[in-house]
Amino acid sequence: MKQLLLGNEAIARGAYEAGVRISSAYPGTPSTEINEAMARYSEVYSEWAPNEKVAVEVALGAAVFGARAMACMKHVGLNVAADPLFTAAYTGVNAGLVLVVADDPGMHSSQNEQDTRMLARAAHVPVLDPSDSKECKDFMSIAFDISEKYDTPVIVRLTTRVAHARTVVEPGERKDIPLKEYAKNTAKFVSMPGNMIKRHVAVEQREKSLAEDADLLSVNRIEWGDKELGVITSGAAYNYVKEALPEVSVLKLGLAYPLPRRLIEGFAKEVSELVVIEDMEPFFEDAIKAWGIPCSGKDKTGIQGEIFAGKIAAKFKGDPDPGPMTFGGIPVRPPVMCAGCPHRGLYYVLSKLKLNVLSDIGCYTLGALPPLNAVDTCVCMGASIGMAHGAEKARGGQSKKTVAVLGDSTFCHSGITGLLNMAYNKSAGTVIIADNSITGMTGHQDNPMSGKDLSGQPAPQLDAMKLCEAMGIKNVRVVDPFDLKALENAIREETARDELSVIISKRPCALIVKQPNTPYYCDEAACRNCGLCLKLGCPAIVKTEKGVRVEESQCVGCGLCAGVCPFGALSIRGNDHA
Amino acid sequence: MLNIVIAGVGGQGTLLASKILGQLGLNHGYDVKVSEVHGMSQRGGSVITYVRLSKEERLYSSVVEQGKADVLLAFECLEALRSLPYVKPGGTVIVNTQEIMPMPVITGAAKYPDGCLGQVKAKAKADVIALDAIGIAKECGSNKAVNTVLMGVLAKKLPFSRGQWHSAIVQNVKPEYACVNRNAFDRGYYYGENS
Ligand SMILES: Cc1ncc(C[n+]2csc(CCOP(=O)(O)OP(=O)(O)O)c2C)c(N)n1
Repeated sequence: MKQLLLGNEAIARGAYEAGVRISSAYPGTPSTEINEAMARYSEVYSEWAPNEKVAVEVALGAAVFGARAMACMKHVGLNVAADPLFTAAYTGVNAGLVLVVADDPGMHSSQNEQDTRMLARAAHVPVLDPSDSKECKDFMSIAFDISEKYDTPVIVRLTTRVAHARTVVEPGERKDIPLKEYAKNTAKFVSMPGNMIKRHVAVEQREKSLAEDADLLSVNRIEWGDKELGVITSGAAYNYVKEALPEVSVLKLGLAYPLPRRLIEGFAKEVSELVVIEDMEPFFEDAIKAWGIPCSGKDKTGIQGEIFAGKIAAKFKGDPDPGPMTFGGIPVRPPVMCAGCPHRGLYYVLSKLKLNVLSDIGCYTLGALPPLNAVDTCVCMGASIGMAHGAEKARGGQSKKTVAVLGDSTFCHSGITGLLNMAYNKSAGTVIIADNSITGMTGHQDNPMSGKDLSGQPAPQLDAMKLCEAMGIKNVRVVDPFDLKALENAIREETARDELSVIISKRPCALIVKQPNTPYYCDEAACRNCGLCLKLGCPAIVKTEKGVRVEESQCVGCGLCAGVCPFGALSIRGNDHA
Repeated sequence: MLNIVIAGVGGQGTLLASKILGQLGLNHGYDVKVSEVHGMSQRGGSVITYVRLSKEERLYSSVVEQGKADVLLAFECLEALRSLPYVKPGGTVIVNTQEIMPMPVITGAAKYPDGCLGQVKAKAKADVIALDAIGIAKECGSNKAVNTVLMGVLAKKLPFSRGQWHSAIVQNVKPEYACVNRNAFDRGYYYGENS
């Protein structure tokens, strides 16, 4: 029966039908729902790994030992996993190995707009680029077949509009793919120079033969139309081309790397003008130009952001330009920490103490926005700790005002090695782990500090105190970020110390534990309009002419505001505020 | 072909509305494309979901672009104003009159537009239906049912029967909330008829 599936759910369905046995992933928008959907298939072993490098290594191990396996991540996750990927391209696989990597043109939820096709080419790994959920499902089977036929990891690359679009899919049966034999083969799987020199030659040959076969691959297809204009496209951009220019000839590339040269040359000969319409980098365009085939595209579409149908119609058909989708003159609505968010207490104190905050990636990055304005840097997962150490070594005693802040999931992902470096190299810095017991920003996935696994079963919980102790860190303490006084004291004391210290700011995410939900209110007679509570940046506290008003529909009753009000003006109706 | 834009504030439950709408389309032989927003902006930011339904022709894009929406279903007044450019002349705007202050307004850096609903009505070259959906939802027993109230109003503009909506809603909400949501839907569906 036909179903409406998210691209990500269709990827999971496709992997299931292709007989995948092992799926390891680290969450990251827009890829997260793949492994969440995978977890619903009892025939597949699926897990959250602490980071993408581990996920790819798990999948590689499974593939080498005979099981079809996959790893899923967002685009920047592939940077973390680049190390195993680049050499797995040399060792090859045994059973199929597919990495699903989701790019985010337009940066809906990401820190950059890197194009996975570029990294795949650098690694000499093929890339499939589906346009809708049906192709997401179908391409997974094709990806596993290519992986086994050419003995290579394969990347299926998504973009936000494919991963997060629901379109119609007809589910099929799961193929019965037995475990492949495993035979020890050190010449292939032990990456010493003597072995890999030979494997590099194999990589080159494999890539050539796939490029030749690509001319005939069914995922690369020509849809002939008017031959005045020929468009080469792939992925989400194909959809916009079909909407904007339904009459033109289209060469749709399902395999984005390596490119089918003869097919492209033949197409180019038939059309009067050739353009390339692709999201992100001029990946096809540069390759086609390098073959001496005249074409254009990026001069009109640009590299930054998404290319929609309206823009294509304007640039290539002369329709009126719809312009950017901006709506001037009205207040923007940036994301905010939720009402009741434990990070708010932490950032309120950091902001009050005017510290340099080397922060990291997660909900707590929102502490960078007004009114908290408490973040100095945020670069990539785990960078807070490394950068704090660098800052301290650079500025010595002056760095007393500097702290690293990162979440529990981020700490497990790539904070532990950074902290080990601080301990080993005798840092005197302070690291704050904002432990809300969940991977919040990506929609509440469990992690090694949350006490549960992907299937919701109880799992061993990393004891960060003991871990720090084992590293030789002497000053470690746990504080509730809603106990503002205790937190402030802890941060003052630890930053004053000439030794490395760790503060675990611990309180569960407001969306995973039931909140009191008894709204607070502001007693106008008591309010002196000092504005302190507004510094919390709570979405439930609104400035009025005389003072503030608590929005009952937004307030979850966490009471943090009552803790900062010096005049006892904020309380629960009927309760005498102490 | 029907293009619907659903606009709201992260956390308001706009995704359920698009899911139910997509399911309805699928149940009744439409080609369907839904574009959702997950991740960062769900934390209290502006969120926009697109739903496209077509019986006549195959759909490609999952995005509704400026000036192409038949209906704008807005969960919040300022978000209605922000998303007006999507609406095609002669289309419909359904707006929950609730006002949720964005952070720049809370901090005093910006001002919530004066008479926001009035501005929506004045600027829309479309039929505007405004209602206090959260008030109605509360009367039905849950302010979370604001999305089903709004779906009830939307239903009047779309080619699906009340019964078909009921079954799509029941398919998509937890059994214990089915009754509240069906009532909330009906309050939206009959909105304006006996007043
Ligand atoms: C390499 C990499 N992988 C994944 C992500 C996606 N991502 C952004 S924030 C985040 C989770 C952060 O969780 P945590 O550190 O626990 O903080 P919280 O959001 O719960 O406050 C993830 C997985 C990313 N930005 N970079």
